[in-house]
Amino acid sequence: MTTIISAKDVHLSYGDYEALHGINLNFKEKELTALIGPSGCGKSTFLRCLNRMNDDIENIKIAGEIKFEGQDIYDPKTDLVNLRKEVGMVFQQPTPFPFSVYDNVAYGLKIAGVKDKALIDQRVEESLKQAAIWKETKNNLNRNAQAFSGGQQQRICIARALAVRPKVVLLDEPTSALDPISSSEIEETLIDLKHQYTFIMVTHNLQQAGRISDQTAFLMNGDLIEAGPTEEVFIAPKKQITSDYLNGRFG
Amino acid sequence: MDAKKRDKLATVIIYILVGFVVLILAGILGNILITGIPHLSWHFLSSGASSYQAGGGVRDQLFNSIYLLVLTTIISLPIALGAAIYLAEYAKDNWITNLIRTTIQILSSLPSIVVGLFGYLLFVVQFGFGFSIISGALALTFFNLPILTSNIEEAIKGVPQDQREAGLALGLSNWKTIRGIVLPAALPGILTGIILSAGRIFGEAAALIYTAGQSGSTINYADWNPFSPTSPLNVMRPAETLAVHIWKVNTEGIIPDATIVSAATSALLVIVVIVFNLGARYLGNKLYRKLTAAK
Repeated sequence: MTTIISAKDVHLSYGDYEALHGINLNFKEKELTALIGPSGCGKSTFLRCLNRMNDDIENIKIAGEIKFEGQDIYDPKTDLVNLRKEVGMVFQQPTPFPFSVYDNVAYGLKIAGVKDKALIDQRVEESLKQAAIWKETKNNLNRNAQAFSGGQQQRICIARALAVRPKVVLLDEPTSALDPISSSEIEETLIDLKHQYTFIMVTHNLQQAGRISDQTAFLMNGDLIEAGPTEEVFIAPKKQITSDYLNGRFG
Repeated sequence: MDAKKRDKLATVIIYILVGFVVLILAGILGNILITGIPHLSWHFLSSGASSYQAGGGVRDQLFNSIYLLVLTTIISLPIALGAAIYLAEYAKDNWITNLIRTTIQILSSLPSIVVGLFGYLLFVVQFGFGFSIISGALALTFFNLPILTSNIEEAIKGVPQDQREAGLALGLSNWKTIRGIVLPAALPGILTGIILSAGRIFGEAAALIYTAGQSGSTINYADWNPFSPTSPLNVMRPAETLAVHIWKVNTEGIIPDATIVSAATSALLVIVVIVFNLGARYLGNKLYRKLTAAK
């Protein structure tokens, strides 16, 4: 399988504090990679480097190289709009805009300049189906998206991210704000979709990482400790510290 | 005292205090409405004020009040909105921003009589606008801007940060995120801010006495050309508002029915503010639904 995103020696610091000490990690196409590690280990920070969501933070310095399909995304010539169209994102808290379901899902397309109403209609339906929320929304497309339950809102957000047909979707603890049933529904959605998209997911839930990811990367204190196929990392970790973390000895 | 008793006591005290506030408000409102409404009549609303005899109305004052409110809002809203967006979204957290915020806070507690005198010196005298609607509207803008700005800033800041991030992550520019997501989400709060400040403007007297003047000119309601001197829309004519009328009737008025006129005018003022509140809320809800739902 081909590598879609590669990070080489990524350092990140806020002022004097260095949060990432040189991360080297490659992400394979059409797989789900889980980033795990104790709170504050830098996994979310690293995730947010991949679509440059850290850019606006004050006093931030990012060094190293992150390539998306061979292009350096921190190159000054990079078009942020295009990058984020290719690398979408879903957040911990469901973040539907205060619009209707339809407008939420269509928003990215409209911003990208798609005018064709039939195409937008079709994409909205497809995306909602992919995110497994079509049944609950098809008769309520004009309803305010914020009027739905948390789990439904999160799936609407996944649909919104999918509507622009990104190649990669970053997921920042997408289920940690949801109840167990909604969480497992989202997990199923991700399993169904991971052959079509590349997912990179930060999660605190080790079982979840074990259940749905193909690759797992373990970070601690701003260092990448170990990365590999999920089964290997979980069953036969190479480092003692990984095994300790996975067995709940700390973190 | 055990915790349970203390909890009960606190609850009772809170209820008493709330009751006290409600009682005062209901008392004032009730008093104004009960003494004023019996004297409200079509005649009162549709005839001009009289200088000496009883039986005058407040037609021009009512129109002036509404016109001044509309003008002031038209002038101050864009400025306040721009300033609030800057403060909430763009301003870095440094001493300059803090200085701006402090200035706004000080300005918002400026006594309105001071704003009036300032408006008199600047607009009436210096700019030569005379006692006029435009002088009044500009003075009210000064009076209104600080509070409107901080109200709108609060409304914008109340929109959760992750809404902005979600916008940026969809590939929206900063401005598009603000315009397309943050402002619609903040709209109910912004509207509340406008309503609150509108009530203040509508009831303001001190800032207008020296700027819009205490007398009316002859107004011809058939003439809507804003440049003609007798047009209601002419911004260069002096204009007494309802609140100023109440003040004037009670201080230097020589009409025999001054108490009746001021009671009726007060009731009218309160009623218009209530109508305005409800109307703005209705419009706001409609606008919000339009902005946030598909057609």
